[in-house]
Amino acid sequence: MEVNRRGFMQCMAWAGTGVLWTVTGGVLSSCTMASSSTSAAGSFSFAQISDTHIGFNGPANRDSMATLAAAIARINALPEPPAFVLHTGDLSHTQKAGAFDTVNEALKGVRTERMFFIPGEHDVFGDGGKEYLARFATGTVGGRGWRSFEYRGVHFVGLVNVLQYKADGLGNLGREQLEWLEKDLAPLGASTPIVVYSHVPLWAVYPQWGWATGDGAQALGYLKRFGSVTALNGHIHQVIHKVEGNINFHSAMSTAFPQPAPGGAPSPGPMRVADDQLRKLLGVREVRYVEGGGTLAVVNTPLA
Amino acid sequence: MKLRSIVALGVGLISAAAWAATAATPQPLDILHHKYLPPAVTVPKGTTVTWVNHDEDTHTVTSANGLFASAAIEPEQTFTHTFSEPGTYAYFCALHPLMKATITVE
Repeated sequence: MEVNRRGFMQCMAWAGTGVLWTVTGGVLSSCTMASSSTSAAGSFSFAQISDTHIGFNGPANRDSMATLAAAIARINALPEPPAFVLHTGDLSHTQKAGAFDTVNEALKGVRTERMFFIPGEHDVFGDGGKEYLARFATGTVGGRGWRSFEYRGVHFVGLVNVLQYKADGLGNLGREQLEWLEKDLAPLGASTPIVVYSHVPLWAVYPQWGWATGDGAQALGYLKRFGSVTALNGHIHQVIHKVEGNINFHSAMSTAFPQPAPGGAPSPGPMRVADDQLRKLLGVREVRYVEGGGTLAVVNTPLA
Repeated sequence: MKLRSIVALGVGLISAAAWAATAATPQPLDILHHKYLPPAVTVPKGTTVTWVNHDEDTHTVTSANGLFASAAIEPEQTFTHTFSEPGTYAYFCALHPLMKATITVE
């Protein structure tokens, strides 16, 4: 079905309850419930899991391991296993002792071929990323955590924006990573679908709370010439979607605890909700790609 | 060296200067709503400052120039540091770097 702006808003209203929106060439073009399967030849799907915060134990969620297990069960219940899973950071909560082991073990239960990681600030703040990079950055550029890879004609780029995280209070990519990104994208044709993922949003969701990347605009500038760009992030623990030109931005839910809407509380941080509401605000995401159409469909699935 | 603990008397009710004048009275310095309160204080040399995290979020007290750094300060936990040398010490939260404050030691 063709969806105009009104239809788009209707889709958005469903975003918390498992709706699919379909994007063609960077433009939202259809909207259906999240029950279709990826049967088209050449299509594939991948999943995004984010902000597992293993080690968190606060009033906002006393059992972040149980909600992670529920999230994994959601991924494993997909009609077809995702080709791979992207974890968009904050695997641990403040690098608590044993947290990386625990999350690593839990994620072995995901029914998929491979997992790709990028760090959140909780994974690197204590030691500058030493342990995270040693354990999760194998195969990344210089072992620094960022990478790109191709999968069935789609170019994926995982960026690290939490290792220079103090000057202006925002995420930062840094000059070296930006130079790499520019070179990485240079040989690609403009029709190549791009998926870029980071922990802190590359777009300015709410800079007052640090929910932005200081030099994100430069990275997005390199992506402007492509027909279809999908930017996925974590960090803010809620589904927010925005279309800007050719770029579709999607913030993901956490599996551990929700955070307030931008500006909706005195400060960001774990948000307490009624027990029967918590799992409606936590979840995972499935992204489907249909070959030939440049189409990416994003499905946000809450745990309950 | 005589160690003293200090703090804010009623967040936001007194100025940094007034707070400094009461530094002899042991009180903690607060972390609330992603802010260090008060954000600027002056203390005598040798003072031990205690920060108390009243947020549900985890924070740190991290020196901007690497002189001191807390581990993660969980909700209702504290961090203390003794300032032995005069100077102005800028610090921030490594998890939420928009949180910034200073301690001036005289």
